[in-house]
Amino acid sequence: MLPTFSRRPTDIAPSEITPRDVFERRRDFLGAAAGVALGTALSPLSAAFASEKPLAGIKSPLSTPEKLTHLKDVTSYNNFYEFGTDKADPALHAHTLKTRPWTLSIEGLVKQPKTFAIDDIFKLAPLEERIYRLRCVEGWSMVIPWLGLPLATLLKSVEPLGSAKYVEFISAADPKTMPGVNRSVIDWPYLEGLRLDEAMHPLTLLSLGLYGEVLPNQNGAPLRLVVPWKYGFKSGKSLVKIRLVEKQPQTAWMKANPREYGFYSNVNPEVEHPRWSQATERRIGEFLKRKTLPFNGYADQVAQLYAGMDLKINF
Amino acid sequence: MDWRIAQTPGKRSIVLLKIALFACCLIPLLRLAWGAWNDTLGANPIEFITRSLGSWALNFLLITLSVTPLRKFTGWHWLMQLRRMLGLYAFFYATLHLSTYLWLDKFFDWQEIAKDILKRPFITIGMSAFALLLPLALTSPQAMVRRLGGKRWQRLHRLIYVIAICAVVHYWWLVKLDVSLPAIYSVLLCLLLGIRLLWADPERRGAVSGNLKPAQE
Repeated sequence: MLPTFSRRPTDIAPSEITPRDVFERRRDFLGAAAGVALGTALSPLSAAFASEKPLAGIKSPLSTPEKLTHLKDVTSYNNFYEFGTDKADPALHAHTLKTRPWTLSIEGLVKQPKTFAIDDIFKLAPLEERIYRLRCVEGWSMVIPWLGLPLATLLKSVEPLGSAKYVEFISAADPKTMPGVNRSVIDWPYLEGLRLDEAMHPLTLLSLGLYGEVLPNQNGAPLRLVVPWKYGFKSGKSLVKIRLVEKQPQTAWMKANPREYGFYSNVNPEVEHPRWSQATERRIGEFLKRKTLPFNGYADQVAQLYAGMDLKINF
Repeated sequence: MDWRIAQTPGKRSIVLLKIALFACCLIPLLRLAWGAWNDTLGANPIEFITRSLGSWALNFLLITLSVTPLRKFTGWHWLMQLRRMLGLYAFFYATLHLSTYLWLDKFFDWQEIAKDILKRPFITIGMSAFALLLPLALTSPQAMVRRLGGKRWQRLHRLIYVIAICAVVHYWWLVKLDVSLPAIYSVLLCLLLGIRLLWADPERRGAVSGNLKPAQE
């Protein structure tokens, strides 16, 4: 018998196939859908698709008009240590991740602790398309059209208590489906945290997709955080738990190397990483390097969150 | 033993061997060129090229360092005739590696480069390794061996031990978190240097330090 490397045509249900002309017109489709609660309308469908599941979102005024990074680069150059420490690893190994069933529980200092099934999160609010810059602490950047909803929408639905000051994000750490977790490079599970006002900021996105599709596994499926004014590692992937707490939480990178990675980790060209400068970055796909902008270019929206703080100390 | 038959290839065979080796040592570079041309080096080709060139500089340092142990194990003394080329390839890949940093990372911003060298230990030590490699490359021709005298030449070229250590530390210090690859290189280097310590007979060591004395006076 011949080995088959691609799925035989009979494996693909007719319902899975998006007609080519529809697929190619999906941008116009997104535009036309503005104002319609499309997320809700599409969510029952999204669960049925096995791969490359189309997903639509309303265009957002918070999007940047910059040129998008190629989908191929967005999905093949990832830091997702749960699948290996090489940036090519996640694309190679993340197919083992099972994103259904999946739940996200929100607990801690909230009035209504809740466990959401992933499909209910899709229905929580109309999805938006947010085109954000992503700046990695390693000195490269991308522009990615995310699909998702403001994290604030989710947090408000569980009613944070007045005593909640910080939000802790806990990623999945399943050694069976995430081979990298078997190596102790990081103290698993991956932990991240934000101050509550950062978490509630309108730019902070809970992402469920990118490039008009459900999140590929290597990008943090089925749901991840996107905090565009902070270095990429602040945006936890494949989240399973969100906890509202009173004290500043420990994060995975602070535990791994507190001298190099701080709690805030705001993009800042003036505060260098102890081992390299953060003044410039290479936008993936470009030859020359760009100057890195304070707060990754989102200073107008977020700088006031840090008024009066010494950002060199609070790095 | 059978393999001893291959002990002393003729002059012609050595020339052919050298040509073949010369071509083989270019494969890593050709692979990069091919990948760059066909766009198969991933999302960040410049990073890929820089890292690959650095890895090959280190590989060639270790390969060069394994010539002597290999010769002693096999009795193939002719291997020594290939060592210069391997060492020069280490220098070649190190030069390309450094060039990608100066050009594609810093775009010849000398002020930034100077700051990097002074402030960032992994760059300081990488630059040191290259600076030490330079006199070895310059004194590699046979004429320079004669001019320096075998003993002095040999003593100078022992710098390769220091260079290899610097290169491995450079790699170790630049890694973000996962040090498994630098750790493998460290083990290999320890083996290659350790074996020399075992082999160094006390008499010869005495002779070497005896030679050092007049130079210090």
